[in-house]
Amino acid sequence: MITVTDLRKVYRQGKKEVVALDGVSLSVPKGSIHGIIGHSGAGKSTLVRCLTLLDRPTSGSVNIDGTELSSVRDSEIRAARRRIGMVFQHANLMDSRTAAGNVAHPLELVKTPKDQIRARVAELLKLVGLEGFENAYPSQLSGGQRQRVGIARALASDPDVLLCDEPTSALDPATTDEILDLIQDLTRRLQLTVLIITHEMHVVKRVCGSVSLLAKGRVVEAGELADVAAELDSKLARALLPLPASEPIKGALQAGPVLEILFSGESAKEPVLTSVARHFDIDLNVLAGSVETLGGQQFGHLRVQLAENVDYDSVVGYLRDRGISAKVVDAAVVPSDPSDFASETPDFAAETGDLK
Amino acid sequence: MNEIFSNPVLAKALPEAIVETLQMVGISAFFTVLVGLPLGVFLHVSAPGGLRPMPVVNRIVSDIVVNITRSIPFAILMVALIPLARLLVGTSLGPVAASVSLSIGTIPFFARLVEACLRDVHHGKIDAAQVMGSTRMQVINKVMLPESLPALVAAATTTVVTLVGYSAMAGLVGGGGLGKLAYNYGFQRFDVTVMIVTIVLIIVLVQVIQLTGEWISRSLDHR
Repeated sequence: MITVTDLRKVYRQGKKEVVALDGVSLSVPKGSIHGIIGHSGAGKSTLVRCLTLLDRPTSGSVNIDGTELSSVRDSEIRAARRRIGMVFQHANLMDSRTAAGNVAHPLELVKTPKDQIRARVAELLKLVGLEGFENAYPSQLSGGQRQRVGIARALASDPDVLLCDEPTSALDPATTDEILDLIQDLTRRLQLTVLIITHEMHVVKRVCGSVSLLAKGRVVEAGELADVAAELDSKLARALLPLPASEPIKGALQAGPVLEILFSGESAKEPVLTSVARHFDIDLNVLAGSVETLGGQQFGHLRVQLAENVDYDSVVGYLRDRGISAKVVDAAVVPSDPSDFASETPDFAAETGDLK
Repeated sequence: MNEIFSNPVLAKALPEAIVETLQMVGISAFFTVLVGLPLGVFLHVSAPGGLRPMPVVNRIVSDIVVNITRSIPFAILMVALIPLARLLVGTSLGPVAASVSLSIGTIPFFARLVEACLRDVHHGKIDAAQVMGSTRMQVINKVMLPESLPALVAAATTTVVTLVGYSAMAGLVGGGGLGKLAYNYGFQRFDVTVMIVTIVLIIVLVQVIQLTGEWISRSLDHR
């Protein structure tokens, strides 16, 4: 369990003060994976540095299973750090050490006896699926294998918390999924508390149980994946269930109002569209749609166009009565959703722009 | 060929000169690494933004000790350090005495190279080591030095090659060795054979040092 409360970090740049973290709070229970997503400049790296005590937060607290990290004395920092295992974007392995040597590194620091190190290293390499690679140097391993060594090294000191900083951003899609599945599997088996910092929505979709959206040093949206995805207007939902830009279909229907509909969980099982069509005796066209399983629940995000002169208010009301979010959007301007947090829509750029 | 073997100077003085040169280079290389390595580590670690920033001390050591020593031409530094050599080894003559000024001349040079090597160690590796709970000494001993070892060996090689050149100069002011041989006989007595032989020997010596250093550096490099 890791709890971050009102974490602030202010850097001084000459006479200017730069607020990198502006009151970040989050809480991740044991055995679960929390995603922290945001653009570069949102404060992700600063958050990592504060959590690992590479930088001291200006105020606020970081608490791991009841131990307060932000107030430990300098002499205790090293012991406190060993409760956090860290996985880096580029693995950051030592080139002069073999896979086994890299995993042994944290154990050597506390003078673990040689035979114990050997046994533990073998166990850890097996855990991450790298049996037989003990004597390989990082340069002889693939990116995915290097990241596996990095994960084994992070777990060597038996940490409570695994902090992953963009763990898959340098990997190809297939390897990304392998590494994410490994992290998920380890979280379950070792009852770890995992924080994944990323800019890839795919990472959140695949493994995270809950998610925080970081912008300008603040958590602007947060919650269980299933909850945030069910909010039609939330930025996270639009990023989790993105719709492409679409133009109203001409010809078949006269240009009527365009609705956006978001259904989830139980309501996803209902044949919503056809029941609307039957109930109101109208026709409708699907302009765009996105259907996914998030946090174990089915979600659907649709953009449909109704025929002209339909009373859309009553359609929206009908849908809402059935627990489905719906709203009318301007048919003339239907922008695409950000499929990823790396791609910026103007609205997004304004939201997360440069740190002041 | 015959001239080389029949040359009385070469037959009599060459073996001794070779030994003296090797002595000078060997002794001063040893002390250069012994002092220059920790000095380089200190320069890097105490720099602003380093592992243990000490801006004032760093400035003093960096500017005064290292830069001033390096800005004095070696030929002048060597002469200026004769009293120090006499103080330390009791004489200003011979390869051991010459090693004093040779070491002092190359320590700052090597320290600067070491500093540059350590600066090239990727910062992510230092972060990783600190997050694992390393002490500063552990970061230096288990990350900075091992990770930059191939570069450090290359830097030491460059330094030793420089020492060969300096040792020839040191020969002129009492150090002996191949430099003195070339000067006394090759230059002063117009003995072309001696001149050529010493030049060839110095070239061979530099080649051997360079190739050995490169080979060691390569075999240590796992990148």
